[in-house]
Amino acid sequence: MASSTGFSLLEVAAGPAEAPILTDITVDLPEHGITVIVGPSGSGKSTLLRLLNRLDDPVGGAITWRDEALSAMPPPTLRRQVGTIFQRAPLFEGSVLDNFRVADPEVSGERGRHVLEHVGLSAGLLDRDAATLSGGEAQRMCVARALLTRPEVLLADEPTAALDIDARIAVEGLARQLADEGIAVLWVSHDTDQVRRLADHVLAIVDGKVAAFGHLSELDMHADPIVRRLIGAPA
Amino acid sequence: MSVALFGMDRADIGLAGLAASGGLIAVGVGISFWRGLGLERSLLWAALRALIQLLIVGWALQLVVDPNDSLIWSGVWLLFMLAFAAWTTAQRAAEVPKVFALSLLAYALSGVVTLGVLFGFQVYELEGRTIVPLAGIVVGNSLSATVLVSRQILEAASEQRGVIEGRLALGLSARDAFQPHLQRALRTALVPQIETTKAVGIVALPGAMVGLILAGVDPADAVMVQISVMYLVLGSVATTTTVMMMAFHANSSHLLNSSVDSDAVTLCLAQCDRAVAWLAAWNVLAW
Repeated sequence: MASSTGFSLLEVAAGPAEAPILTDITVDLPEHGITVIVGPSGSGKSTLLRLLNRLDDPVGGAITWRDEALSAMPPPTLRRQVGTIFQRAPLFEGSVLDNFRVADPEVSGERGRHVLEHVGLSAGLLDRDAATLSGGEAQRMCVARALLTRPEVLLADEPTAALDIDARIAVEGLARQLADEGIAVLWVSHDTDQVRRLADHVLAIVDGKVAAFGHLSELDMHADPIVRRLIGAPA
Repeated sequence: MSVALFGMDRADIGLAGLAASGGLIAVGVGISFWRGLGLERSLLWAALRALIQLLIVGWALQLVVDPNDSLIWSGVWLLFMLAFAAWTTAQRAAEVPKVFALSLLAYALSGVVTLGVLFGFQVYELEGRTIVPLAGIVVGNSLSATVLVSRQILEAASEQRGVIEGRLALGLSARDAFQPHLQRALRTALVPQIETTKAVGIVALPGAMVGLILAGVDPADAVMVQISVMYLVLGSVATTTTVMMMAFHANSSHLLNSSVDSDAVTLCLAQCDRAVAWLAAWNVLAW
């Protein structure tokens, strides 16, 4: 268990009240490094992520971030500290700079070029129509856009699921770079190879409940074979 | 400008004329039968229904257009139209919370603005003969535009959800995240009306003008009436859709099922109430 806690979830339930997708989720998520959330399809991984930036609210239990109740934080304020990238990169109309201005209306061209280079893209893309970016470029542009709000945590909901292998490796490298710079990354994945490449910690969700949480090396020896399979533990 | 609507020749086509025009329906039915379209029953039912509805409306209108009758009956008719239009909107956009109250407010506000200008500046005389038809034009045109804008917005909330959530995730409020979609929906609702207004007289001769000319009114006078009606339609559609957009804007969080600004609708209703009161006062002054 990490010594420094970011999000703390206590007996959290989420989804329709009559048939919650998540039940009794109690876990403290670390504030540093990359935590990968794994689980079978429909287990509630994405639902959990949406609770952390209040795109959805839990139907039971409590969530705190750095000891402050999420329910007491205005969603726009929370979301500027907790950035999110999605599986399908949501592109807004206009150029890359126009996209950046949705996150920060005051952003200058110089800052825009700097943040593009920071995520490994050419500064020359700033004036390109965002709709013409490739899948990998679009996803990295979305990371750059999210960085303009200076988040302390980045939530990533299977951001490489629709990308080819080169783009996938590039986005994973970017996540590691951001984690090394002090931005905690919570990354949903069902790709065991990716889990092995990325994870510092792993949270395994099975049937809407926490099946396991801990350092990747700890979970390699977990008693539950489902957990070991989800993280691609060596035989 | 005060348009003289009295003293015009009555256009009495008689039962024979009515039956002859009905022959055109028989042509349509014949074509449908010939080409195997299967629309004969629908055509006949539509024609019969229109005949019955308009005969009833014509009979009922006689009750309110008589200059000796109280304007209260016109007011009752107006209220019925507003309520029916709001009910229709609520049926078509049932997913929107409080849509009946919001659309009723939008139609009422549109009526106050547009009819307030026409009667306030004495373009038409305030009597049953003018109130009911003009209000019908306002409500009828506003209704179709309002339903269109409502459906567009609901579709955006569903189909563009990923993009809207992308904006929310960057810290935008539900209102700001939804704003581009609201603007697009409003443009979609207004552009056809603007295009129709631009093309009038070139592509098509509008109904009110044709009706007046057929009834024996001088074409120049008919054109004046038609222009005022076109402006009335444009103004009423713009007003209604703008009010609905304001309501949707305030209501964005509900539409997105997000956790922001749950009291926004109440706030908007209060703002609109104030706007109605202000406009009512303005109209009193205009008199």
